[in-house]
Amino acid sequence: MNRIKTIETRDLNQSAC
Amino acid sequence: MVHQYELNGYHIVLDTCSGAVHSVDEVAYDIIALFPDYSREEIIAAMLEKYSGRSDVTREELEQCLDDVQALKDAGKLYTPDTFQPLAFDFKARSTVVKALCLHVAHTCNLNCSYCFASQGKFHGDRALMSLEVGKQAIDFLVAHSGERTNLEVDFFGGEPLMNWQVVKDIVSYARSLEAEHHKHFRFTLTTNGVLVDDEVIDFANREMHNVVMSLDGRREVHDRFRKDYAGHGSYDVIVPKFQKFARARGDRDYYIRGTFTHYNTDFTNDILHMADLGFTQLSMEPVVCAPDDPCALTEEDMPVLFAQYELLAREMLRREKEGRGFTFYHYMVDLTHGPCIYKRISGCGSGTEYMAVTPWGDLYPCHQFVNDPAYLLGNVWDGVTNTAVRDDFKLCNAYARPECQDCWAKLYCSGGCPANAYHASGSIRGIYEQGCRLFRKRMECAIMMQVARSEER
Repeated sequence: MNRIKTIETRDLNQSAC
Repeated sequence: MVHQYELNGYHIVLDTCSGAVHSVDEVAYDIIALFPDYSREEIIAAMLEKYSGRSDVTREELEQCLDDVQALKDAGKLYTPDTFQPLAFDFKARSTVVKALCLHVAHTCNLNCSYCFASQGKFHGDRALMSLEVGKQAIDFLVAHSGERTNLEVDFFGGEPLMNWQVVKDIVSYARSLEAEHHKHFRFTLTTNGVLVDDEVIDFANREMHNVVMSLDGRREVHDRFRKDYAGHGSYDVIVPKFQKFARARGDRDYYIRGTFTHYNTDFTNDILHMADLGFTQLSMEPVVCAPDDPCALTEEDMPVLFAQYELLAREMLRREKEGRGFTFYHYMVDLTHGPCIYKRISGCGSGTEYMAVTPWGDLYPCHQFVNDPAYLLGNVWDGVTNTAVRDDFKLCNAYARPECQDCWAKLYCSGGCPANAYHASGSIRGIYEQGCRLFRKRMECAIMMQVARSEER
């Protein structure tokens, strides 16, 4: 079973207040 | 560095230095916590013991999960080492351009808010209005010191800017007249208490202002506690209808309803929801920053209440989104797939270097919170920045400037925090405003949880 779901994010290595 | 937390039924793992976010089950959550310090066999034994009653926790399953964790590590999405620190200290040598100015067009106000950091708009000095001559010189200063940058930002601030409205309009007109020749584009923001808003202000703002910030603290009794006129009358009933008309007229343009919460309304989520129920959809609410002995100051006893309120707000926002009546909250607007690059994340707001405040008489300060503090006078709009020592001090305000931040998982989200808050809390712009840090971390946990929840819904 897949216990880890990775959310899509931007890889860092690559107004009101 | 990895940060793990549980919120709203989610087990969330944040890999600080890659920005990766993982939503995991409780078994993977435990494995990720143990992985750096224990062998595979030790982890498997510990998990089989802890989850002995569960049919889905087998040696084979645990082996698979450990392989997945290793694969994420190999892919640079878990336990990513921090290699960014050397970038932070390049900043001092970097030549910076000025990108934004906060124009204090009025050091006077038609409200008498007792909690005002700017001493009722006077900034601990005399009442004053900016002349058009000073305003035009400020625009010239910005154009001359903005290098190759195209987009320039100018905030009209005070005090109450609408008390000097003709000068605001004339400064906008002057700036627009320079755009084509100098290849610049100005984006203006107006911050107002709403008292003088009328149809003419709304029409002009909708033509020229990229953003409008309207000050409202929430429920009538909360707003009117501090935001009174000089006769002692609350301003809620005067400004709310004007703001509602203003917000409707903005259409799809940006605006913010911005409030301040204090020790007297630690249930501030009710104020945010009140704003939403009034029909506003772009909201912001900031914790008051004031002397610790001020009666409205937030206390240590308030902190768990505030944390719970931020969590309640996140859950309520998700619920309203599903019902088709969502709204945005400034501190929960985290864009995980875009957002700023690492240089921006390290360097922060740019106050004192890329962003400055201009007083009505043309003096330059690092931002509005330093105005009239003689130690932080940078120069003026005619001579430019003459106090380069202060400017260079601000160049070193970054996510790596403070030893206390080294082990903080949130440093690439807060960029080291607000120098003014640090200064007022500790006496140094590179000090720590611990209460602000704790509130910030809670807000980030909530904001990322909301993104996880939305991702799970898809």
